[in-house]
Amino acid sequence: MQAFTTLSAIAAPLPMANVDTDKIIPARFLKTIKRSGLGQYLFAGLRYDDAGGERPEFVLNQEPFRHAEILIAHENFGCGSSREHAPWALLDFGFRCVIAPSFADIFNNNSFKNGILPVAVPREVCDQLMEDAKLGANARITVDLGRQLVIRPSGQEIPFAVDHFRRHLLLNGLDDIGQTMQRTASIAGYESRRLVAKPWMPVIAV
Amino acid sequence: MSETRPRTLFDKIWDDHVVERLEDETCLLYIDRHLVHEVTSPQAFEGLRAAGRKVHAPQSTIAVVDHNVPTSDRSQGIKEPESRLQVETLQENVLEFGVPFFDVLDRRQGIVHIIGPEQGISLPGMTIVCGDSHTSTHGAMGALAFGIGTSEVEHVLATQTLQQKPAKNMLVRVEGTLPPGCTAKDVVLAIIGKIGTAGGNGHVIEYAGSVIRALDMAGRLTVCNMSIEGGARAGLIAPDETTFNYIKGRPFAPKGEDFDRAVAYWRTLPSDPGAHYDTIVEMDGSEIAPMVTWGTNPEAVLPITGSVPNPEDTLDEAKRAQVQRMLEYMGLTAGMKLTDIPVDVVFIGSCTNARIEDLRAAAGVVRGRKVANTVRGLIVPGSGLVKKQAEDEGLDQIFLDAGFEWREAGCSMCLAMNPDKLMPGQRCASTSNRNFEGRQGQGGRTHLLSPAMAAAAAVTGHLTDIRELV
Ligand code: SF4
Repeated sequence: MQAFTTLSAIAAPLPMANVDTDKIIPARFLKTIKRSGLGQYLFAGLRYDDAGGERPEFVLNQEPFRHAEILIAHENFGCGSSREHAPWALLDFGFRCVIAPSFADIFNNNSFKNGILPVAVPREVCDQLMEDAKLGANARITVDLGRQLVIRPSGQEIPFAVDHFRRHLLLNGLDDIGQTMQRTASIAGYESRRLVAKPWMPVIAV
Repeated sequence: MSETRPRTLFDKIWDDHVVERLEDETCLLYIDRHLVHEVTSPQAFEGLRAAGRKVHAPQSTIAVVDHNVPTSDRSQGIKEPESRLQVETLQENVLEFGVPFFDVLDRRQGIVHIIGPEQGISLPGMTIVCGDSHTSTHGAMGALAFGIGTSEVEHVLATQTLQQKPAKNMLVRVEGTLPPGCTAKDVVLAIIGKIGTAGGNGHVIEYAGSVIRALDMAGRLTVCNMSIEGGARAGLIAPDETTFNYIKGRPFAPKGEDFDRAVAYWRTLPSDPGAHYDTIVEMDGSEIAPMVTWGTNPEAVLPITGSVPNPEDTLDEAKRAQVQRMLEYMGLTAGMKLTDIPVDVVFIGSCTNARIEDLRAAAGVVRGRKVANTVRGLIVPGSGLVKKQAEDEGLDQIFLDAGFEWREAGCSMCLAMNPDKLMPGQRCASTSNRNFEGRQGQGGRTHLLSPAMAAAAAVTGHLTDIRELV
């Protein structure tokens, strides 16, 4: 996983609440066995018309937002299906950070695992940032994970909270499976205790 | 453990599965059951292969194909190349990594959340995960069951654990008695209507109260299934005699003395009196009516006696725009009666409502009636075994006589990944769990409701109050 420290980038405003993962990437694009190449399908329903042409009114079809690396949205971003294709599509498009008042739990987890930082700040702040974002390429927004700050083009600093453990993994780009595999002894210990406490626990064999 | 503080069902299962405390509240949590399907697993197996890792506990893992499989004749294989590739990839992965598997032609094949409880794979007190948000379904067994992403699937395959923070506890208590015509589906739709699609974010919901206690396992599974639609990763119902009777004799359930020992443990699980909940929601079951969604998220739901809302009645500007957009997408006019909405397709299936009890309820409505000639009706059993049971009971004949299609088990028209899809603009009365834009096919329109209500819509050709039909 790519580490995330600071990002200074163009932000795309998407003033919608309850953006579900079906909207981020519809199910018909999930038939892949790879993680890459999904950026072209990001927000397909909003981005393309029925004939496959771009809808000019959609933000990601406009300059400079085609090059945005930060997405700003409203409440409950990423609700619905657990598909990790949603962060994969965001990442493949170029997004490294999503700012919203709140996130659905599974999407939040999935983002961290892919080096995308979800930043939760109050709705009023999101609305301010959206106004900033509309100024386009001249108004970069900075996200500093180390200092836990979003910095507006005006220089105003907005603090945000982030889980300490996840911040550590993301700042250092650590693979959490590798981390857990250093604990095989305690996992084995748990398994022997479980065998004694729950001897009835069936195994699956078909 | 020297815990004396009263604990919830969730707290007990959590405490019982902590392998190690990592940092702050984050724990390494042991996973008892890992369910795998073809859509969210290929990249996880690929990750294992790339890192030279094995599956840590294949005997705690079960794989099945469900999302991509066609629900018509399967002897011909899968025509659509990308769907076939996903299915074949899982077939290869389970062989290579030694994971137990129900293949396409296995009688036990079905929707992952139907087969877990059906096979006795999902049991009380367990931690159960799957790369699928409707893993919340298994919480009806009294298990902590939640959906995970593909990176986490890989983590569980490699280590049989997850790095997790405990959720907050929410109690949803539904007291009283349900009025006639109301089912578990109406209960959970009413709950989501009340708490909203983000109401349960960060929480595990425990459902309790006399209405929940009175539900059979099928109904409890329906309720827990839709917890994720209320924003909660997991739903839970305390195990009781209904649960134990359901489990007894299932293929992978403990047998004989083991069963008795397991039951003794399971009886210790229900929440202690005085346990703390971060959020409590109370509902009166006698006030619930048959429900139907009118919009494009599950909280856009109303009693069938209602009318399509008017955006002008909404004060919040952003909300007003959202309602407006929903009405446009759904092709509905503000103020029209819900019972005046015609439907083109009726889909009875999905992990929410494709158990034998659901098919019986639908058959009860359909018996002696015909599907309206403007409607295409599909019945898709949740598993091969549900299908067989229904055929043994003669339900298939009732559906076929009425003009329904009787299909093979799978996710089918719940999501547009296999040949069963809505055409743009088509309107569907569906027993599934999501009414998002395009969920059942690009441009398709979904109204969520119970199996009996879906059957009623099929015979009348429009959304119908089941109480006026029976
Ligand atoms: S039936 Fe629908 S909700 Fe259930 S697992 Fe399949 S696609 Fe998901």
